[in-house]
Amino acid sequence: MSRVMPGTEARLGWIGESVRRVDGIPKTTGEFEYASDLQVAGMLWGHTLRSPYAHARVRAIDLSGALSVAGVHAVLTHSDVPGRKTYGLEFQDQPVLAIDRVRYFGEPVAIVAAEHPEQARRAAERIVVDYEPLVPIVDPERATESEPLHPDPESHVSDHYLRDPRPNVLRTMRIIHGDPDARGDVVVEGTYELGSQDQAFLGPESGLAVPDGKGGVDVYVATQWLHVDREQVAPCLGLPEEQVRIHLAGVGGAFGGREDLSIQIHAALLALHTSRPVKMVYNRQESFSGHVHRHPARIRAEHRATRDGRLVCVQMRILLDGGAYASSSTAVTANATSFACGPYAVPNALIETMSVFTNNPPCGAMRGFGAVQTCFAAEAQMDKLAQALEIDPVELRLLNALGTGDTLPTGQRITSSLPVAEVIRRCAALREPDPEELPRAAIRLPGGAGNTTRGEGVKRGVGFAVGFKNIAYSEGFDDSCAARVRLHEDGSAEVHCAAAEVGQGVTNVILQVARTELATDDVRIAPVTTAAVGSSGSASASRMTWMASGAVRDACRAALVEREARGGGEVDVERVYRHRRTAPLDPETGQVGELPAHVAFACAAMKVIAEVDVELGLTRVVWIGTAQDVGKAVNPQAVEGQIEGGTAQGLGLALMEEIQTRDGLITNASFTDYLIPTALDVPPIVSELVEHPEPDAPYGVKGVGEPPTVVSTAAIVAALRDATGRELARVPVRPDDIVGLQ
Amino acid sequence: MKIELIVNGEQCEADVWEGESLLYALRERLGLYGSKNACEQGECGSCSVLLDGSLVCACLVLAAQAEGHEVVTVEGLADANGLHPVQEAFVETGAVQCGFCTPGLVVATTELLRQNPDPSDDEIREALSGNLCRCTGYTKIFDAVRLAAQRA
Repeated sequence: MSRVMPGTEARLGWIGESVRRVDGIPKTTGEFEYASDLQVAGMLWGHTLRSPYAHARVRAIDLSGALSVAGVHAVLTHSDVPGRKTYGLEFQDQPVLAIDRVRYFGEPVAIVAAEHPEQARRAAERIVVDYEPLVPIVDPERATESEPLHPDPESHVSDHYLRDPRPNVLRTMRIIHGDPDARGDVVVEGTYELGSQDQAFLGPESGLAVPDGKGGVDVYVATQWLHVDREQVAPCLGLPEEQVRIHLAGVGGAFGGREDLSIQIHAALLALHTSRPVKMVYNRQESFSGHVHRHPARIRAEHRATRDGRLVCVQMRILLDGGAYASSSTAVTANATSFACGPYAVPNALIETMSVFTNNPPCGAMRGFGAVQTCFAAEAQMDKLAQALEIDPVELRLLNALGTGDTLPTGQRITSSLPVAEVIRRCAALREPDPEELPRAAIRLPGGAGNTTRGEGVKRGVGFAVGFKNIAYSEGFDDSCAARVRLHEDGSAEVHCAAAEVGQGVTNVILQVARTELATDDVRIAPVTTAAVGSSGSASASRMTWMASGAVRDACRAALVEREARGGGEVDVERVYRHRRTAPLDPETGQVGELPAHVAFACAAMKVIAEVDVELGLTRVVWIGTAQDVGKAVNPQAVEGQIEGGTAQGLGLALMEEIQTRDGLITNASFTDYLIPTALDVPPIVSELVEHPEPDAPYGVKGVGEPPTVVSTAAIVAALRDATGRELARVPVRPDDIVGLQ
Repeated sequence: MKIELIVNGEQCEADVWEGESLLYALRERLGLYGSKNACEQGECGSCSVLLDGSLVCACLVLAAQAEGHEVVTVEGLADANGLHPVQEAFVETGAVQCGFCTPGLVVATTELLRQNPDPSDDEIREALSGNLCRCTGYTKIFDAVRLAAQRA
């Protein structure tokens, strides 16, 4: 790390520079400590017994067999939960351990602590649970005609939701904008479907709980939001929040999948029960049940336009399968609804979204958060319109592009930066590679070495898509981030911020802001813990760069003022940053009142070249070019990394990733059966950073993590459609869909 | 059962049970946590190590099978003079995000460049296709491999 004196020209690691990751070296040498690497003397291993059924009544649990296994120190069930028996991000509807019913495959039923992980596993196998299997609700279309999974009708209501008394409705939302009956010269329709995607972060759920000997507990865990973990953990343990300290352990990727709790309460319960430190690590199979997933969706869309290509009206009905528990489904519902039309000026619209409870795996946050699903449908519709109107797809998008000053279907006027037309133009101008000759090496054919032809059936296609979503929390959620800055007499500084480093690089952002503000490179980032600083909010919603930048900036400036006032010495200040207020939409009409529903937006355009072997149904994404609205790139290399990685995740959803279930049971819970893109699947990705400072954000920053994932599934499938001439209305696209088998 | 093996040049002894993987023994018996446990069925490459000079997934090798053999893990690549050039290149090009795949990829890249000091882009892709990365989209990992190859 550089040590440059303030005032010199050779500054390293300030805002706007590509800076090496502070954790880069230890991550390449193997020294970086992930949650799964934690160890402490006297530590026990925890293991979770999970439901083999998607829906069953739990009649009795016999622990005697497990308790007799050598090395076992504790076997706990719901009756051992000393405090509140349920938890959840938005509604406390999820049992810590199943009480009298299990609602999804893999739901935790009992937990074990033992000397060796294998002893814990074997003890869990000897727990006898008397289940009465119930018929699972697996078709979201029929959920509202089924018995309620959560019988209390008031359990999932909120003042700002439209009341919908039907059983198993998680949230119904509607936007009525202008005249939804407005007619156009041309109408295109489509029904689209998306499978459920897994975050598939490589570092499994893991953590270590250490009893403090005074009735409290320290939990070291891979998470996305320390303080909201504490808010959920403490009541279940029956402890005041001060007695529960959550510390960030090394996180091996997150992508939304660590917003909900996994091991936190379980490990703490076992640790408090045994008075020993307890470590828990899920294996990959367990991980598929250990976190929520991206909502599978069915979307029916109708777009009407004038003959010259102007959108007149969009109608969309969106059905999201929320699975067994609420998680953040209500917010995902709001996002899907808000961004359904894509980044286009739409004068009239009717958008109706419903998320439902089923006995399928619970769904919640995943990168893109509802906007991925609707972008896939909306962009397919734009291509259908372009075809019907015989207008170039890029031109059609430019003609309808939203921009600052325009109004969203919610009635919110866009006052922040949203350069949709510019990202479209700059992306369209990227030069794609020339077509490749045949014959060629098998590795360069669709399907790679699996392609047994000479490429006779290979067709090339070009796809284009545009997408957008909100940055930071919306709908009136109190969105704040705290930072604490200590200035030492020797001129060095220490920054505390609870922002979770999940791999995205927020630690560098914090460091760059502090160096810039304090005009010194001598800045240290303190360990991330609830014990030292207030909440940062979650590392999600593409918000952490913006929010942490604001908080660290404000704390640094306040610290400098205080040092000045005091004439030197040690200074320790904490500041809380908030962006401008938002408010919920009207429940009946989905329209804004005085305050906006979203604080800001970011958009991206993507062009994809793909080849398809139309005889074998195999695909190869050849090249991807993208232009993304990034506000101000704090660390350009890291921004590119977010774009490339986010694009690859969208590629996974387009071509291969789907959690498959049968009667609610996951049938592909492994990396053998659930495929994620490899080095052979992801093509070269060229990214253009479009920098228009966000007027309300510190340094003009925007979040960058989600837009590439929002847009890439849509853009890739567009290229496959161009190559095959088929509708390809469902992702992931299978070989059977390409060759036209039913 | 007791096994003896050479890890990163040092003679080691570990007390393992029969079903234990080399990965578990490296991590929990020998305290070498650099090799990662992401899938534990040989699909992701996060636990890549060199066993007698061959690239293997440590999760698919029984600890007992390593008896009398030589293992090099990610911890064994840097020397007293500093980082291995592959490690250096990964940091410099931004090939590291969450980093969970990085140790396996660093080991795999080291082995690739030993066998093929000047790999083509296709050869890089093929050689690293057994190492999953969920964060980077691989683009900057390829940059890292090319940079390390140039400098070698």
